[in-house]
Amino acid sequence: MKPIRILIAKPGLDGHDRGAKILALMLRDAGFEVIYTGVRQTPRMISDAIIQEDPDVVMLSSLSGGHVAQFRQLFKRLEQKGVTDKLFLAGGIIPEQDYAELKSMGVAHIYGIHDDLDDVAKRIRTYFDLGKSSDAS
Amino acid sequence: MPARRQKKKLFAQWKNDTLKPFQKKTPERQLAFHTASDKNIEPVYTELDQDEPGFELPGEFPYTRGIYPTMYRGRLWTMRQYAGYGTAEETNKRNKYLLESGQTGLSIAFDLPTQLGYDSNHPMALGEVGRTGVVIDSLRDMEVLFDGIPLVGVSTSMTANAPAIVILAMYVALAEKQGAETKNLRGTIQNDILKEYISRNTYIFPPGPSLRLTTDIFETCAKHLPLWNMISISGYHIREAGANAVQELAFTFADAIEYIDAALTTGLEVDSFAQGLSFFFSSGSDLFEEIAKFRAARRIYATMMKDRYGARNPKSLTLKFHTQTAGSSLTAKEPYNNIVRVAYQALAAVLGGTQSLHTNSYDEALALPTTESVRIALRTQQILAYETGVPSTVDPLGGSYFIESLTDRMVTDVEQELSKIEKLGGMRLAIEDGYPQRTIMEQSYRTFKAIKDREQTVVGVNRFLTKQDEELEIDIHFHSPELEEVQLRSLEKLKQERPNKEVIISLMKLKDRIRRGGNLFSYVYDCVKCYATIGEICSVMREEFGEYQQRITL
Repeated sequence: MKPIRILIAKPGLDGHDRGAKILALMLRDAGFEVIYTGVRQTPRMISDAIIQEDPDVVMLSSLSGGHVAQFRQLFKRLEQKGVTDKLFLAGGIIPEQDYAELKSMGVAHIYGIHDDLDDVAKRIRTYFDLGKSSDAS
Repeated sequence: MPARRQKKKLFAQWKNDTLKPFQKKTPERQLAFHTASDKNIEPVYTELDQDEPGFELPGEFPYTRGIYPTMYRGRLWTMRQYAGYGTAEETNKRNKYLLESGQTGLSIAFDLPTQLGYDSNHPMALGEVGRTGVVIDSLRDMEVLFDGIPLVGVSTSMTANAPAIVILAMYVALAEKQGAETKNLRGTIQNDILKEYISRNTYIFPPGPSLRLTTDIFETCAKHLPLWNMISISGYHIREAGANAVQELAFTFADAIEYIDAALTTGLEVDSFAQGLSFFFSSGSDLFEEIAKFRAARRIYATMMKDRYGARNPKSLTLKFHTQTAGSSLTAKEPYNNIVRVAYQALAAVLGGTQSLHTNSYDEALALPTTESVRIALRTQQILAYETGVPSTVDPLGGSYFIESLTDRMVTDVEQELSKIEKLGGMRLAIEDGYPQRTIMEQSYRTFKAIKDREQTVVGVNRFLTKQDEELEIDIHFHSPELEEVQLRSLEKLKQERPNKEVIISLMKLKDRIRRGGNLFSYVYDCVKCYATIGEICSVMREEFGEYQQRITL
């Protein structure tokens, strides 16, 4: 079976990528294929990477507070390009009051600072085991 | 007094007759004990653990015990909270509040667009204006930031690296507007670009041009700002990215070697600028290892400056450093526990002889700190300074068998790690190779797994958990969404009011100077003085210098 492909991207200007890298290593150890874009990715760069790499899952890490504006641009661009068949997950430091807005854009689930990282791999597996029919939120 | 051989015999006897039978009957809690950098810890330490116990005194080479003979008996450390958010006006209020609360130095946090040389109206600044620090587009914002704060009476630290030359030029221009003489200005510009490539990722230009800017600042400070720290060579961010204490020191000193070599290459004499070099370290939760780290750092540096660089002025040999408690040790769960963590970490910094200290606020795993949380952080330092008696004597733990042994071992371990980097051709080449980035990432992943597997305890996170419904709700900093609009309007207004012809001419002159070679400071200074923006100035530099592309190590 083909391994599930995950693209981890860091939108915005923040350079603190300890979390994104740990996540990448953890998911790789768990048997996923992981691509990490590196820091300081614009919405255009991320959408280009998604089109080029064609991952099953896109994970967006944001720590510096610019997520609402940046995600909005990204999803607008993806819509224009007709990219809709990905599982979008987000994490980092995202205040709960922004969850609803990000979900309405297309983010299936947002990981908060209290969440267990083990849940990431579990959630992705469940989603694909159930033939993408499940609600990943 | 028994001789050393006699003591060794006594120790062996104790081990056999007292320790081992006891351990057999009542086993220890763990099979082995380790420092946070994974070095073995013995059940007890004695004078036998030091090969040659030296007789070291503070204020004298190699300065292990402190860089001044009286340390905190003469002057307490500077209490300096890193602060900045929103517009210059908001941060001005926070800084005034901190000064009124008894803080003794300022430390300015800039937002990411400012740190990356983008104006607030640049597309890259989308969503980031005023988020992680204060937004500075031009000298006008600096004027507001320091409104009512005379620069002569305060020491200011500024976390600017890639655009350090622009920020420093703005500070100097502001001082002159206030009527202050630059020779009296006290403070620090971080100006440490190498650790950006290694760990913090807030670089703009490639290493070559970046180091040119660094040494331009060295030269300027050596000539005109004698009291200013021209660089703060930072292990803090390296540690925060996941390095252990040994790697923190080794990578920081490897960076220092690159800077000093670069300055020497431009023709500066080591004693003409070494006094302006300062350092910045983290203080983590392993109390004794951290104390040993600070002591070892002074010894390594003094030896390096003397033997490697032949510095003669005693002031060139002393390692001055700022400390911040470890942000990565803060937990989002049960945030009030962080107050206690920070207090221990602050204690380590002070027992380690720091010159200035930032104590983190308990809510910083969640957001920028609130006025309330920042006050507790400052009070933590004041309690340490005025209630505990810790500052009453110099290096109170000097002579502790354990501390001295840890200090010696730290020196050896750091030198070993340093020689690995030397073998790669120094830090610049090591960065190209990805060595420090990889080492930090591997260490960070090890720590992550140790916490996940509960080999390393984090109270309230992987042990001693509170039930979900008992968790406390705390008030956190609220980011006002209107401020971006406010800033964009004021930038627009500035561009209408400033002498635009002068701006264009000064930017052209800067461009020309970059091409011709020579120190850029006075050219940048001319730009900021007529209110050219940081984005305009950095855009000229981007065109001329190019931009660095991250080397992704995974």
